[in-house]
Amino acid sequence: MTEVSAPPTQGAARRPVLPKVLTSPVAVIGGAVVVFWCAVALFAPLIAPYDPVEQFTSFVRPGASGPDGLWHMLGTDHLGRDILSRIIFGARRVLFFAVTATFSAYAVGVTMGLAAGYLRGWVDDVVSTIANIVLSFPVLVLYVVIISVFGASGGNIILAVTFASAPGIMRIVRGIVLDLRNRDYVASAETRGETAPYIMFVEILPNATSLLIVDACLRLGYVTITIGVLGFLGLGLPPPQPDWGGMVNEARSMATFAPYMTLSPCAAISSLVLGLNLLADGLRETELKD
Amino acid sequence: MLNFLIRRLGMLVGTMLAVSLLTFLLLEVNGDAVVVKVIGPYSTQEQREIWLEANGYNEPAAMRYVTWLWDVMRGDFGESIRYRAQVADVLWPRLANTAILAAVVFAIMIPLSITAGVIAGMNEGGVTDRIISTVSILTTSVPEFASAVFLAFLFVLTLGWFPATSTMSEGFEPMQLVMPAMVLVLFGFGYVARMMRASMSEVMHSNYIRTAMLRGLPFRRVITHHALRNALIAPFTVIILQINWLLSGVIVVEFFFAYRGFGALLLEASLTQDIRLLQACAMVSVVVAVSTQTIADIGYGFLNPRVRFT
Repeated sequence: MTEVSAPPTQGAARRPVLPKVLTSPVAVIGGAVVVFWCAVALFAPLIAPYDPVEQFTSFVRPGASGPDGLWHMLGTDHLGRDILSRIIFGARRVLFFAVTATFSAYAVGVTMGLAAGYLRGWVDDVVSTIANIVLSFPVLVLYVVIISVFGASGGNIILAVTFASAPGIMRIVRGIVLDLRNRDYVASAETRGETAPYIMFVEILPNATSLLIVDACLRLGYVTITIGVLGFLGLGLPPPQPDWGGMVNEARSMATFAPYMTLSPCAAISSLVLGLNLLADGLRETELKD
Repeated sequence: MLNFLIRRLGMLVGTMLAVSLLTFLLLEVNGDAVVVKVIGPYSTQEQREIWLEANGYNEPAAMRYVTWLWDVMRGDFGESIRYRAQVADVLWPRLANTAILAAVVFAIMIPLSITAGVIAGMNEGGVTDRIISTVSILTTSVPEFASAVFLAFLFVLTLGWFPATSTMSEGFEPMQLVMPAMVLVLFGFGYVARMMRASMSEVMHSNYIRTAMLRGLPFRRVITHHALRNALIAPFTVIILQINWLLSGVIVVEFFFAYRGFGALLLEASLTQDIRLLQACAMVSVVVAVSTQTIADIGYGFLNPRVRFT
């Protein structure tokens, strides 16, 4: 399959990554969902029919119009805000914080993992011990404790996610580095007299990326769930700007007579996480084919 | 073997100390933050200083950590601000409620996910395998609060089969356990099933299974006598560590269904800034988590002798 689809003019050793991924239907479906939500987040002001915090008539049912004649596809909430617009702008907020927090966790985790795996010795001992201690906490307990000490804000969520996820990333990177550090190109760089940071970031890291991309997709999914859960628990991003977990939290008590208010943000977050998980699954499969 | 046990128990004590230190640093070391939460934000500076002095907060931090740890170890967590009672009196009944919920979840989830994983791993690439894999990726993608919303909409609002809340206000009612247990089983199922599937399929590809097949043993016997024994070793750790994960899961589910358990208490302590209660909950969950990790390690060592001597 892959051999046929590869253009004959191209060198066999360096095929572009994208076509290989396209051979996996699972990855394509997952990727499409993720791209959809990214586009929604990016073009939110153009797509959203209303301002996400503007108040119209309360409790307009999905697909109905309020007495003011304005149509709301997903209805309005208890304060009369258009739910579709809140979901669209919520995508922007959720994705922004999920991506930033995952990126920050990766920056810390990869640095720790490279140092532990390449330098070994006492650096490895210290970093691994810290990781073990942080990973002993039940993860949500750690989040709740950190947020209650530092307060609920976007910055603190990024901080908490970095603190709780970096050790897991570190473990994975360390494992990969322990394998890669014995390769010839590392030995040759050492002979050239390159510095340790150069070898870690320029020689080893690029060779670990294909393995890390799968983990990054899965982790982005976890972080999205975390941001949703914190919002649902009332410890997330501060209102009135929308985020999906917070929308469920606000509408929770009214679920018996207005279930549409909680159903749509839940569907939004579930589809995004599912897309990320499918993408990771497909990527892993195509990765294993080589 | 004894060496292995001693080493693991030593690690247990070390991790507990480190984790308690981290909890202390996060929640207790800053006396000025504690006093505001205990005697209230409208207290005067003078009142705060009197309280700090009376409660030993002017001692050096290292001394305070030792005293604090000693109190925690004796089960003396101080007084809850919100409940106006000893934290221990509030905490233990809540923990018992969560233990009931967790036991129900485990009793359903473990047999279900092991069976599904074994069947999927036996028929790798087949229709059953694909269905089970799809279901497990679907259920792990839906956050607990979202599946709680979906399931409550279906079973409570539309079908009316189960009660919407699990407050147990008129004594223990098994029906009220169904919804929270269902949500937790659904979220945990996929992960354990996938681990079990991976382990089973690895074993099925091994030489001794091929040999057993070639010897003409009945397929059932090969599965039950040869494959299962070894396939269950790796997921054992995963299963025990689900207790750790459950401590996170119960926070969401107990909050959603208003179940009076430990997770809801932890969240309540956090939202109301009840610092003594929060410390106690954090320490209890850490003790549970670290002990289960040690049990998983030691159990794995028993099951897989190769680990013990390395």
